[in-house]
Amino acid sequence: MKRAEREAAARRIMERAPTPVPPELYPEVLRRGRRMLRRRRATARLMWLLLLAATAAFVIWALTARPWVEPPSETTPPLTGW
Amino acid sequence: MGRRRVVQDARRDREFKAFVAGAAGRLMHAATLLTAEPPDRNPRARRLLALSLAHTYACWDALRGEDPYDRTRGHLATHFARSIWRRPHPHPDSPLARLSPQERLIVVLRLYEGVAEEQAAALLGLPRERVQTICDRATAHLLHPRGAPPAVPVAKAVSP
Repeated sequence: MKRAEREAAARRIMERAPTPVPPELYPEVLRRGRRMLRRRRATARLMWLLLLAATAAFVIWALTARPWVEPPSETTPPLTGW
Repeated sequence: MGRRRVVQDARRDREFKAFVAGAAGRLMHAATLLTAEPPDRNPRARRLLALSLAHTYACWDALRGEDPYDRTRGHLATHFARSIWRRPHPHPDSPLARLSPQERLIVVLRLYEGVAEEQAAALLGLPRERVQTICDRATAHLLHPRGAPPAVPVAKAVSP
C-alpha cells in the first residue's frame, strides 16, 4: 500500500462519524471571549497608566535634581589667587 | 470613543458569529478526535474548543487578515499539546482510541486538517522528519489496529 493510499484510508476512518456542535457552545464562547477581551483591555490600560506615571515621575525628578549640571566641588578648595 | 467601541463590538460579534457558524462543525470534530472521545459524549473536546474559540474572539480585532480558522486550530493544537500529560485513557468508541495523544495530534493536523508538514512541525516545535515519522507510525497503527503492524521496530522484535 502506498503512502498516499494509507493516508487516504486514515482520513476516511477519521471522517466516518460527524460530531454535532452543542447549542450551548456559542454562548459559552462569547462569555469567555468577552471576559478575556475585557481583561486584556484592563491590563493594557494599566500598563499605559504605569508607563505614563513613570515618565511623569522621571521628568519631575530630572527637572528638580538637574543631574546634567556639574555638581560644585566638595573635596578641593577652589584655586584662587595665582 | 464609547460610541466607536460599541460599533466595533457589534461588528466583531457579527463577523465572529458567521465564522463560528461556518467553522464550528469541523473544529468540533477535530477536537473530539484529539481528545479521543465518542462524538456524543465529548466534554473535554467541548472545553478545549470553547477555550480556543474564546481566544480567537479576544484577538479578533488584531487578526489583520490572518485566517481565524488557522488561528483557532493553532490554539486547539497548542492547548491540547500542553495538557497531554494529564489526559485520561481514550474512549474505545473513538476512531483514534489506539493512538497516543501525540500521534493523534499529528494525525489530526496532518491528515484530517491537511496542514503541511513544515507548518505542523513549526506549530509543535518538532523537527520535520519527526513529524513525518510519527505520522507514518500513527497511520500504520490506525490501519492495522490488531496484530503486528507492518513496521515493527527492530529492537522490540529482537529483544528476548
